[in-house]
Amino acid sequence: MPAAACTSFDHAMGNPFQPLAKKDFDYRAAQHLLNRAGFGGTPAQVRALVELGLDGAVEYLVDFKGERVSNEGVDFRSDILRAQTSEERELLRRARATNDTETIARIERERQERQNADRAQIAAMKRWWLARMIETGRPLQEKLTLFWHGHFATGYRTIENSWHMLMQNGMLRSNCAGNFADLVRGIICDPAMLKYLDNDENRKSSPNENLARELMELFTLGEGNGYGERDIKEGARALTGRTFRDNAYFFDRAQHDAGGKQILRRSGDFTGDDLVSIILEQPECSRFIAGKLYRFFVNDAPTTTRDGTETIERLAKALRDARYEIRPALRALFRSQHFYAVDNRLSIIKSPTQLMVQTVRSLGTPVRSVDRLVEAGDLMGQELFQPPSVKGWPGGRSWINTATVFTRQNTAVFLITGRTTRGNTAGSADAYDAMHLVEHLRDAAGTLDPRECVRGLASFALGGDPGRARMAELESYLGSLGGGIDNERIKALLCLITAMPEYQLC
Amino acid sequence: MHDSAYTRRLFLQRGCALASLAATVPCFIERSAMGTLGDPLLASQPGVADERILVIVQLGGGNDGLNTVVPFGSDDYYRARPQIGIRGPGAAAQNAQPAALALDGALGIGLHPSLAGLKELYDEGLVSVVQGVGYPNPNRSHFTSMDIWQTGRLDAKGSGWVGRYFDNTCNGSPKPEAAIAIGRNAPLALEGDVQKPIAFESASLFRWNGQDLHGSLKEPYDTLNRTGSTGFPADGAAETQKAFLMRTALDAQVSSDRIRAAVAKQPLVSYPGHGLANQLKMIGAMIRDGMPTRVYYASMGGFDTHGGQLGTHANLMRQLGESLNAFQRDLREQRNDARVTTMVFSEFGRRVKQNASGGTDHGTAAPMFLVGTAVKPGVWGNHPSLTDLDQGDLKFGVDFRSVYASVLEDWMQAPSEKVLRGRFANPKLFKAQA
Repeated sequence: MPAAACTSFDHAMGNPFQPLAKKDFDYRAAQHLLNRAGFGGTPAQVRALVELGLDGAVEYLVDFKGERVSNEGVDFRSDILRAQTSEERELLRRARATNDTETIARIERERQERQNADRAQIAAMKRWWLARMIETGRPLQEKLTLFWHGHFATGYRTIENSWHMLMQNGMLRSNCAGNFADLVRGIICDPAMLKYLDNDENRKSSPNENLARELMELFTLGEGNGYGERDIKEGARALTGRTFRDNAYFFDRAQHDAGGKQILRRSGDFTGDDLVSIILEQPECSRFIAGKLYRFFVNDAPTTTRDGTETIERLAKALRDARYEIRPALRALFRSQHFYAVDNRLSIIKSPTQLMVQTVRSLGTPVRSVDRLVEAGDLMGQELFQPPSVKGWPGGRSWINTATVFTRQNTAVFLITGRTTRGNTAGSADAYDAMHLVEHLRDAAGTLDPRECVRGLASFALGGDPGRARMAELESYLGSLGGGIDNERIKALLCLITAMPEYQLC
Repeated sequence: MHDSAYTRRLFLQRGCALASLAATVPCFIERSAMGTLGDPLLASQPGVADERILVIVQLGGGNDGLNTVVPFGSDDYYRARPQIGIRGPGAAAQNAQPAALALDGALGIGLHPSLAGLKELYDEGLVSVVQGVGYPNPNRSHFTSMDIWQTGRLDAKGSGWVGRYFDNTCNGSPKPEAAIAIGRNAPLALEGDVQKPIAFESASLFRWNGQDLHGSLKEPYDTLNRTGSTGFPADGAAETQKAFLMRTALDAQVSSDRIRAAVAKQPLVSYPGHGLANQLKMIGAMIRDGMPTRVYYASMGGFDTHGGQLGTHANLMRQLGESLNAFQRDLREQRNDARVTTMVFSEFGRRVKQNASGGTDHGTAAPMFLVGTAVKPGVWGNHPSLTDLDQGDLKFGVDFRSVYASVLEDWMQAPSEKVLRGRFANPKLFKAQA
């Protein structure tokens, strides 16, 4: 039986999760993997991935521990928003008692200065993280950290403490491909999250249900999946007393309700850790997490196909089988036939971060100005450390509207040429040599055929062939310029290609 | 399945509503289209503009309400503000500051002397002054308080109140052009879960700027971005990601063309040259052009007057008054004044007592202005007491969400409860026939 028939036979048997045939791991497949499990790469990097073969390529991306990491040694300050010392408290008390307005005003001014310094620091952290995504040798690590940031969403403006945001970012990064249970246990003793969802006010005498509710609804089980209001109420009691002091988690025993609880059909004197264990025993949890991973890595279209549903089910099983270890589940997903199926190629709308980082990493443009890229990310709707709500970024089609279309196109123009919307050319001094994208297309005589260049460039940048009519439009544009291929022409073509609606897909 | 591509040519032939077709036609266009039995596509043509418009003007930084609407009848005011207090109408200039403009002698309140432009509108019966607007447990952080005003929620979380208005009154896809903000960022107030606003500092930036690199790029760019979707999915079938992107790209081109064409026209009246006036000039041009936009947002900053505020604040007041005045005259010339209400707010007022630097620190309640032919002119709500204070700050008398409720119910004709996620007494700030 020919191999193709064999594949479709297995397919018909309903196992889209089985590995792709090794020979099918071609250039396009490798590019697809690099886009999805990372932020794309240059033609040379894609070719290197093809050389590694399916298993080697997946291993390289998923088992990233050995790869270089950049931007590790940043020196952010942990003490900008330190608590008042007892001397300062005393000083303020006395100033109030004696109506010493000058001292009160000075203390208020100092508090304001600390807050301003902290806002400057979160801005620096946004630049730091974006630069890290651009430079890292471990793209999947950053991509997963971004995924978990959207999953365990926490916003700076609510908690107003940049160091706590950074601590959470570090916790998410160190567990990003590890065990999901560790992530959940980490998040319920994470100062930023405890503050964001008011668990610092969750006390035995007056429980606050916010964290318990979102823990089940958004972090683990999914809305309405196998739990009820009573489980939330009892779960909130299990989480009482979990708060923080300065920069560290603090378990306030006096505020913890140690009494008996009934959660998800189990009874006992449950603590927060017990609550996590009970939740993770529910099969709904693995399905919910598998579904979110699927929409992030495989396909974010509003409706899921039958094969997609089957894949989510098998991914959930992979998570359960590995006791919630994330890495083995991802490894299986990135090797699966379904991941490479035609319907899943170019089916995800790039997040603003993906759009910017992938443009730099795949086209090899200069970074030009991280500051401007951070600003562009905000304008396109993805402000790092500031998801719109505890639900995170809705993603998919919500990224795209009539206003973000232009910002997306113009951000690519900026990276390619240095030109900003205001017409000035900050960062344009960084030369961009785009010829490397077509060098491999030279014929034996060393010349570049314009037609070949357009085709190679467009199908590389768009991750596939945009169709005959649209390719012809690009070819006729290059033809209208006359002359041969040079860097300026390639850059002009790239401006046009990145402005095509197709460029928003990966 | 239709085989024809919805090309630019077709679009030009049949008018704007066709460009994006049913799936993205703003529902208020769709509604008027439904109401017209003739050619439904003509109903949204320029000139058929019958929808009401809200223009929001945000004063960022915390405007000093007590020096905006001046309680000259109160000795406590001058005791709290010996250097920066403004004298009552008719009094001699003090602190190099002219006397306040009379608003209501019986109430003992007046307008800042530099608000002559607003006073003129007030005298014409076009201004409603709502006093003492705030909310419980006031937050004195610019960030948080602004988010509270923009979300319309005391926890400052979730979508914006105008965004929710669109989400709640229309079903289905977001509606391009329904809400436009002048500025680099769209304000949270306009962000819905579905509805997403358009924002631009100047209309010339609301376009692809690759065409500035080489003139030759414009034509192929247009071809690649104005193709639109090449047909509809069969009944019940989902629109593909690519078709969705093609459709939105075409929408964006159409919006860009319209907006840039609108603001390129000279206004009917002259506007002063400063920032807010420029923003309102653009908004006036878009209204005149018959854009289907229902809510516009303009903003000016600089109100955080912690030190030496007299001169700074007078300058801000002058700009505000002149801008509102020019805008209203423009609308009148266009004969669109009956369609537009302008609402002015700030995230908080300032402390009653001046500070040691001749300025004021963050405070609480402050006045709001509503401007337009439909508002009930006059002064509403009580001026907050200057003696019954909460830690040195004014106590609010009118919840800002009540003002929103009146705007939503009486002007935007929408049920306020769903949008505001709660019931707020409507202070009835519009004339009965509005």
